[in-house]
Amino acid sequence: MPDALDCELLVIGGGSTGAGVAWDAALRGLQVILVDRSDLATGTTGRFHGLLHSGARYVVRDPAGARDCARENAVLRRVAAPALEDTGGLFVTTPLDDVEYSNHFLAACPAAEVPVEEIPPAEALRREPRLNPAIRRAFSVRDASVDSWKLVWACAGGARELGARILPYHPVLALLRDGSRVTGARLRDLRGDRELEVRAECVVNAGGAWGGRIAGLAGLHVGVRPGKGVMVAVNHRLAGAVVNRCHLTGDGDIVVPSHSVSIIGTTDTAVEDPDDVEPTAAEVAAMLDAGDALLPGLSRARALRVWGGARPLLPRAEGPGIDHRAISRSHSVIRHSQVDGMAGLVTIVGGKLTTFRLMAEDTVDAVCQELGTDRRCATAETPIPVDGPHGHHRLSHRAEAFEHRLERSDGTDPLVCECEMVPRSELLAAARTHPGSDLDDLRRLLRIGMGPCQGGFCTFRTAAILHEAGLLDATRAVSVLLSFVEERWKGQRSVLWGQQLRQSHLDEWIFQGSLDLEHLPETSAPQSTRAQEPLPNGRDPLGRPLGTATAQDDRIASPPGPEPEP
Amino acid sequence: MSARVDPMGSSDHLESGAALVRSSLDACIKCTICESACPFAVATPLFPGPKTVGPQAERFRSGLSSADWSVDYCSGCGICSRVCPQGVRIAEINAQARARLKERTGIPLRDQLLARPDVMGRLGQPVAPLFNRAVETPAVRTIMERTLGIHRSAAIPRVSPRTFQSWSRRHPPAPGPDRVVYFHGCSVNHFEPRLGRMVVAVLEHQGLRVDVPEQGCCGLPLQSNGNFPAARRYLTRLAHRLAAAADVSVIASSTSCGLMLKREGREILGVDDPALADVSRRTWDIFEFLRDLHERGLLRTDLQPVDLCVAYHAPCQQQNHLMGKPAIDILSLVPGLRIIELERDCCGVAGTYGLKREKHDISMSVGEDLFHDIRGLEPDAVLCDSETCRWQIAKATGYPVVHPVEILHRAYSGGGRPPRARG
Ligand SMILES: Cc1cc2nc3c(=O)[nH]c(=O)nc-3n(C[C@H](O)[C@H](O)[C@H](O)COP(=O)(O)OP(=O)(O)OC[C@H]3O[C@@H](n4cnc5c(N)ncnc54)[C@H](O)[C@@H]3O)c2cc1C
Ligand code: SF4
Ligand code: SF4
Repeated sequence: MPDALDCELLVIGGGSTGAGVAWDAALRGLQVILVDRSDLATGTTGRFHGLLHSGARYVVRDPAGARDCARENAVLRRVAAPALEDTGGLFVTTPLDDVEYSNHFLAACPAAEVPVEEIPPAEALRREPRLNPAIRRAFSVRDASVDSWKLVWACAGGARELGARILPYHPVLALLRDGSRVTGARLRDLRGDRELEVRAECVVNAGGAWGGRIAGLAGLHVGVRPGKGVMVAVNHRLAGAVVNRCHLTGDGDIVVPSHSVSIIGTTDTAVEDPDDVEPTAAEVAAMLDAGDALLPGLSRARALRVWGGARPLLPRAEGPGIDHRAISRSHSVIRHSQVDGMAGLVTIVGGKLTTFRLMAEDTVDAVCQELGTDRRCATAETPIPVDGPHGHHRLSHRAEAFEHRLERSDGTDPLVCECEMVPRSELLAAARTHPGSDLDDLRRLLRIGMGPCQGGFCTFRTAAILHEAGLLDATRAVSVLLSFVEERWKGQRSVLWGQQLRQSHLDEWIFQGSLDLEHLPETSAPQSTRAQEPLPNGRDPLGRPLGTATAQDDRIASPPGPEPEP
Repeated sequence: MSARVDPMGSSDHLESGAALVRSSLDACIKCTICESACPFAVATPLFPGPKTVGPQAERFRSGLSSADWSVDYCSGCGICSRVCPQGVRIAEINAQARARLKERTGIPLRDQLLARPDVMGRLGQPVAPLFNRAVETPAVRTIMERTLGIHRSAAIPRVSPRTFQSWSRRHPPAPGPDRVVYFHGCSVNHFEPRLGRMVVAVLEHQGLRVDVPEQGCCGLPLQSNGNFPAARRYLTRLAHRLAAAADVSVIASSTSCGLMLKREGREILGVDDPALADVSRRTWDIFEFLRDLHERGLLRTDLQPVDLCVAYHAPCQQQNHLMGKPAIDILSLVPGLRIIELERDCCGVAGTYGLKREKHDISMSVGEDLFHDIRGLEPDAVLCDSETCRWQIAKATGYPVVHPVEILHRAYSGGGRPPRARG
């Protein structure tokens, strides 16, 4: 008999939606358990483009969605300030774009409540010198850059403080049912290597692109259509504001400044499997080419990482011949008690990260109806406890912190990760406050290894420092390094040309030439603490086809590869 | 890779000038070669080094938002850019970052003063003897240090009672059919007019007519003190004056100011002016020019023996021309002269850096190896192409330090006594 936990609300899926639901429900006084098959924000939320939409993108195509974005943008600037960088955004009409569209665009903004201001192209070029000098019109909007990891951890942390339990690395294996009522779920505890049951009065399926599969565990059909999108991060910011092509829609038409990099994206192709999002070389090349229309020379900038994500799209109508891009991004809350007679289950799909709070509000409203209680949503007024200095995030924060340390310098707190300016003290503090973290967890916490050297220098330092501090034994330290080197090639494969290729040569010399990594004293091979237990459908506990697990999921270490970049 | 769409014709504006400097940070592979070569990073814990404040910190700067003051401890010597195997324009990135820092914090009065040698010269000139005596009086220097922040031991040049321009206006031009324009810079005009006269004599000796148009400061000290707007104005004015003078070679005897015309004005300041582009193409360092004459068999070699043992220091800015050491190539033609090449990178002064109260000690410790070598060699004179370096080395070692042109001038005019130590 597996261990059992009880709660009022079980939330499946620790992306922005699930974390938002947990935060909202906890604020309304519900007892919540939030579970994810992996770490929080490692699904689409950790692999998205990083843009807090102003709404302008949707004014012509989907005015209602645009209005939601505009309102939520304003709300999040209040309640989640440190997770945002107030970069502002520009929509520009390049020579490839139809000027007619810009007229529609400008006319549609007021109705959708999207603040917009036309500025002369010369002014746009003054603000962003790398913009295509041939732009014909420019509009300034309230786009921002958002760190989804920070946002999700803050929601989860806030919920935890209100009594919620957060269980990452707990994939749902089955939904528990009592006739036509869902009563909870059976989970696998990957770190404890055991199974447990969670009994709940209501279950929310916030599985995003995996939501269809989760609903399937209760024998229900939710027609989620994963839409694959590809993004490329280049080594430094080419523009300080978000820059968008002012046209209806297209591939590679937005460049988002995110921390120290610029991210170009994205694409949209239907895929069967939301885990099947590895970018192809052709997709990468096409996107970089497209980027030249916005920021000429972008295709020659140093590409650092490439990754893909799966949009959780819910087609309004299914059938051959649907233009995938036309599918509404607005979200749907499905009360299965009303739709298919299955009580106790609410599915939330679609939407955007920008509207996650609104999605959570709508979802918890539905949950309250399921539970027959009436509780008011408080998330629009309650600050989410985001880690970080007061006010909006600024790019210079890390450089400033570095300077402060320099002033007090006694040489004892050197940088471990130089590219992202992470000092030894921060690494140790994070490793101690997050016991059991692997290098990949630390990477998301601190951004270690996310810069240009892609872990070439900081990985061995990190391993050594953690070992010295007694946080990593020698055997594990060696296997951390080994699996890093094995996996790093995978991560960089699609960007290995030009400058990044030179970098990987140097990194290779460090690992093979200086450290002679392959001949370090024999240790046991990198172990996964996660049992690969086949499910009846031929998938591993994470729902992926068997044999596709990557080191990203290993508890030992994983390299900064083509991975999430909020 | 597939062929690129080019919807706007070209991205040339990114492949040149100031934009190129910033994008060069992408080439950094973190090898740390620059950090081991930077003479200033080892001299002070306040300066974390070229890679750190250059390609690394630049990724965290945007607009005026950055507050990393440590870049102000970069001297701009340019050694890092020279040694970087990947072509990262580190020193140039630092110069631009410093300017953005100063735009935000403002520039102290002292740096505004130091950045305008022409103004100092013009103010000092009418009262030159008084001025010169004053700056050699310890009490005055103490006051200057307290009020202005100019270090009491820093070398300050003597102001000449007559400018080089006033001499050249009365100097009858040589008749030669071939002409050159001489860009003398502030230092020759106000502090070392004698050097200017020697340059003119050496060039005229080659049968050249030397034009000396009215000029003015090139803006280099303004640039290195972070005042880009003023530096751009000065440089543009200078470029127009030189361009208007004659469409011939422009000869510079100050290596640092010559480099401003050749390259730094376009690449660091981002001055995009046809007059500057034109002048850049035809600017020569004096010895680079003489070596070219020699290679084409046009240099006069009626050189008399000069019986001296001299030690030659190629200053940083000279090396940043990437032209080898033409002064040595040419002076090797002088009979009797023994030249010892000093193999140190930097004397530490870096223009006005070493004059500043908070940076003088760093500057002296950077130069210490060079000073030590000179003392050990006991040469008759030290040769160096840059003026502020000459003043710093002379002050630190007590040896006479002269521009290599002086030796050439002496050889052309019949040998003679060794140069005398300056005050
Ligand atoms: C390429 C791309 C770019 C985007 N860019 C933007 C943007 O710039 N701005 C914006 O606002 N929106 C953007 N979006 C949309 C936005 O990222 C998503 O709508 C949002 O992140 C979805 O969050 P979610 O929580 O619903 O899904 P997810 O983040 O995918 O969360 C679902 C979670 O469920 C978990 N899960 C799955 N199966 C199980 C199981 N069996 N048991 C337990 N847990 C399970 C997964 O591990 C995952 O963490 C983008 C989307 C894509 C694909
Ligand atoms: S310019 Fe000189 S002082 Fe500045 S970083 Fe480079 S080597 Fe160091
Ligand atoms: S020498 Fe060049 S490539 Fe090496 S660390 Fe310095 S800037 Fe980077």
